[in-house]
Amino acid sequence: MNALELANKLVAQFGQLLSEPREFRGEITLVAQDAERIQEVCDFAKKELGFDYLVDISSVDNYGDDPRFTVVYELYGYGHRCHVRIKTNVGEENCELPTVTTVWRTADWHEREIYDMMGIRFRGHPDLRRILMWEGYPYFPLRKDFPLAGKSSEMPDIGFSKPAPLDGGPFVTLPGGKDAMAREPRVRVPETQSVETISRLERRADIRRAHEPDTPSAHTK
Amino acid sequence: MPTAEEIQVKEPAGRVAEAAARLDSGVSGTQSGLSPLTPALFPERGEGDDIHGEKLVLNMRPSHPSTHGVLRIVLEMDGEIITKAVPDVGYLHRGDEKIAENMTYTQFIPYTDRLDYLAPLANNVAYVLAVEKLLGIDEQLPPRCQFIRVICCELARISAHLLGLGAFAMDVGALTVFMHTFTEREKIYNLIEALTGARFTTTYTRIGGLSRDLPPGWIDQCRKFLDEVVVNFNESEKLLTRNRIFIDRTREIGVLPKEVAIDYGVTGPNLRGSGVEYDLRKAHPYLVYDQLEFDIPVGSVGDCYDRYLVRMEEMRQSVRILHQCLDKLPPGPINVPDNKTILPAKEKVLTRMEELIHHFILVTQGLNAPPGEVYFSAENPKGELGFYINSRGGGTPHRLKIRAPSFVNLSVLPYLLPGAMMSDVVAILGSIDFVMGESDR
Repeated sequence: MNALELANKLVAQFGQLLSEPREFRGEITLVAQDAERIQEVCDFAKKELGFDYLVDISSVDNYGDDPRFTVVYELYGYGHRCHVRIKTNVGEENCELPTVTTVWRTADWHEREIYDMMGIRFRGHPDLRRILMWEGYPYFPLRKDFPLAGKSSEMPDIGFSKPAPLDGGPFVTLPGGKDAMAREPRVRVPETQSVETISRLERRADIRRAHEPDTPSAHTK
Repeated sequence: MPTAEEIQVKEPAGRVAEAAARLDSGVSGTQSGLSPLTPALFPERGEGDDIHGEKLVLNMRPSHPSTHGVLRIVLEMDGEIITKAVPDVGYLHRGDEKIAENMTYTQFIPYTDRLDYLAPLANNVAYVLAVEKLLGIDEQLPPRCQFIRVICCELARISAHLLGLGAFAMDVGALTVFMHTFTEREKIYNLIEALTGARFTTTYTRIGGLSRDLPPGWIDQCRKFLDEVVVNFNESEKLLTRNRIFIDRTREIGVLPKEVAIDYGVTGPNLRGSGVEYDLRKAHPYLVYDQLEFDIPVGSVGDCYDRYLVRMEEMRQSVRILHQCLDKLPPGPINVPDNKTILPAKEKVLTRMEELIHHFILVTQGLNAPPGEVYFSAENPKGELGFYINSRGGGTPHRLKIRAPSFVNLSVLPYLLPGAMMSDVVAILGSIDFVMGESDR
């Protein structure tokens, strides 16, 4: 049995909930329309289709799109040795979906990491705490609107209190732009103004004005 | 010694009760676990008070010598028995995934050195293979490039396992083994230095090829090393495999049953130690692993001793793979013939227009990846190192998630530790063989 057949079985079981399987580079991806039912889908995949190994859960921030977040589950079965990816979208307002720790125990730390980095909550998780950042850290650093340089921390004794000095680099390109110009960092408004020199700010403003009509910056508030 | 069938899946609570009962009945160690000095020092305390008294919370702090990096474990203990364990990771978090979103694919290669810093070459290979899968050029890699990459992976595996075993043995009291294995690791570092120019931060691979070919005479040096390292394996094995103290410290300690290992997503030698015959090099061969002969060692019980045996045998299999690679190594180019992927030769850049343009575009914008998403994983020394790349086109990833084997392998500790004794913790940690640089990213 190959991955496509297994994916089709999933689609047959859940009907409208799952999209048609899409193939890219030999990998099958399914999109679950309703994040609330992801646990049900995963449970069926594990118990009936033999996906006994949850490889990974990732999260993607589609900043500027609605719904904002995508949660990506990589499923694998040691019996049939097939890999299927299931994705589901979560909106920004009610940033929550059911946990799959009841299906695979390995989901515990993956979900904690996603909560820590993206701020997506998992309902029913036994111990949803931060895992990589420290307890009480106020931001979700992997969100696209969190600057690479970091933000000043409320707790200077615990973390660093100033953003990292990124003056002069590295080049912070913006993925997804139409061309290299749109991805160019100097087109965008710097968010960490404290570390910017005046001349650099002026230069950025000039360049931004030149490209204003067709490149609205994703980071402009 | 029980067989795999006799090992029952027990939840931590059951094992804690069992360990307490074992202590009470006086089977293991001193009678009832009470120190002989206690009655004299605390006459008011009766026999048994210490065992079922208050629970003690003990921090195995980030600096404990046996935690191998900055792992902190908060242990709740009832006497000498661990009743609860809460690992605390993140002390080495550097935000690699955030950094990756802000630079081109090629610029991220040096950051992969710092993931599993005991096997940087294997990380380099796994990362570029993931990007090549996204670009769809993994089929076009020249054979010589693929063979050299396999050589890199296996050298890294030997290097990582030598350290893992040496440190493991040192934790349970066999200091000599550490000295033995480090002598050999030094030779690997010399080989890596000759190959890449750096001992530690290799950054050897490029997307679509390698940064340089093998230097002259390297193959002979490598063959010489392989002959020497086998002697070292034999010595280390003589020191450990039938060593009474080592066996007492590791056998039936930290038993990880097959079902639990799969449920927790444990991979690599730890999974194979639990008896699951699964190796990505065999199950989904990448590079030229399907042309090479090697065996996958598996354990039967899933205890610390099995995990040790699996790693020992894996190193021997790596030597076998390396011999085959050196024999079969074909001549030819090491890079894909596409200048939109790999930088053109410098002399052409300086003399020809087209190459100059390619060079400029590659350096300033990066290579042009198609929109889409891929997940690629490779069998690294610690387990399955995976990269999930979500691309929206262009030279930078929209999201790059690293599936770090050490991170997932550590998540099994709350299951493994309860019911064990305090001194077993170092044995279990040593046998799990993790690297915090990879776990915390």
